[in-house]
Parts: sequence; structure tokens; C-alpha cells
Amino acid sequence: MDRRRFLAGTATIVVLPFASARATPGSMAAAISQVVGDAAVRRGRVTLDVPPLVENGNTVPLVVSVESPMTAVDHVKAIHVFNEKNPQPNIFSARLGPRNGRAVVGTRIKLGDSQTIMAIAETSSGEFWSASADVIVTLAACLEEAS
Amino acid sequence: MANVLINAPKTARRGEIIEIKALILHPMETGFRPGTNGSIIARNIIERFTATWNGDEIFRIDLSPAIAANPFVSFFAVATDSGTVSLRWSGDEGFQVEESIAITVE
Repeated sequence: MDRRRFLAGTATIVVLPFASARATPGSMAAAISQVVGDAAVRRGRVTLDVPPLVENGNTVPLVVSVESPMTAVDHVKAIHVFNEKNPQPNIFSARLGPRNGRAVVGTRIKLGDSQTIMAIAETSSGEFWSASADVIVTLAACLEEAS
Repeated sequence: MANVLINAPKTARRGEIIEIKALILHPMETGFRPGTNGSIIARNIIERFTATWNGDEIFRIDLSPAIAANPFVSFFAVATDSGTVSLRWSGDEGFQVEESIAITVE
């Protein structure tokens, strides 16, 4: 093998992992389709508030807010949050109703890697709205027991 | 008694939207981590948190191992009438905790 062909070969080997890492892992898509079914998920109305860069993946503040009048006829029924690269795709599923007044849920989550987080809101009329956010994690959560 | 911190206003005007924040002491062990002896530590998480206002459920959230240790949850509620707001956590290993706060609505 001459030098030029060898270099071309190593270049493809290096490039491939980056290409595959950007694809949405199937487990998140499967978890989402379990919640959504065949309905269309549209972007918008949902705001996913999470820091873009976190130093410690063990506690990452996350707030999901949805634009909704929260009346008996038009309210957000549920908010689901999913991740790509934790061991399990689900983060939480909240059930809301007109008695909440505002469709806002806050919590703190663990992130095992830099990844995309997705929030999906289900309205009383059966529509699904979504938002996603990329988070870079420098220290991943739950690798080993704290000593 | 479990260690619980609840932050909510004691009084509210009728129809006002108030924020309720709750924090509970719990390891939220994922079940994916090896311990010091190399074997996996058994999962021990809080699976569900519910809030009721005078007995009516107003909010419920199903948690997963991806929720940080000492789970914190915040949500909003319309102050309808005076009474008690009960917060209940339940999870693995028979974990059951219920705490109530009183809210006066004027």
C-alpha cells in the first residue's frame, strides 16, 4: 500500500464515528413514539430551559414551560422529557391540568454525556408540541460510586 | 420523618397562580452504577410525586433514574380555596412519604 492510499483509508476511519454520533439514537425515538403514537409532533410553544454547558452532569437544572391558556377547554395535559444518551431515554412525564394555571415544570436531572434533550407537550386537543436543547457535559453523571 | 423541604406561599388571593417547590432527601440510585466492590448497586428511586389540593389531584409527575439525587420538583397551581396541599412521594423499596402544608386563600 502506498502512502497516499494509506492516508485516504485512515481519513475515512476517523470521519465515520463523528457521522454516526450525531444521529438520534433509536431508543429516544422509540420512547417518543410510545408516548406520541402516530400523531405529528410540531416544533414550538414549548420552551426548554437548560444550561448549554454544564460542569457536573449529576445535577442539571431543567425547566419546561409551555404557552397555553390552561383553561378547561384548552390546556396542556402532559409534559414529557427525553434524552439521547443516558442509559434510559425517559427523564420524566408530568400530568397537568387547568388547576395548574401555568404549564411550567422544573426539576434537576442527571446527564451521562453531552447530548440533545427533547421536551414534548401534549395539549387537551391532542396536539403535540416540542422543543429540544443541546447540552455539553464536562463531568458525566453516575460513572462510579462517590468515595 | 423524611427530610422534606416545601416552599409555597402561606396565603394567596383567590385565583392567584402560585408556585410550589418541593425537595426531598433521597439517593435516586440509578441501578446502573457499580459500587466499590464492582457489583451493580440496586436501583432505588422515587417513581412518582403527586400533589393534591383538598384531596383533588392537581399535579403528578413520573420520575426516572435520570432525575438528580434529592429530587426537586416545582410546579404551579391556581389558589382555589383555603385548605391543605398534600405532597406524596412513592418509589422503590416501599418508599412512601406524605407531607402537607396549609394555604389560606382570601
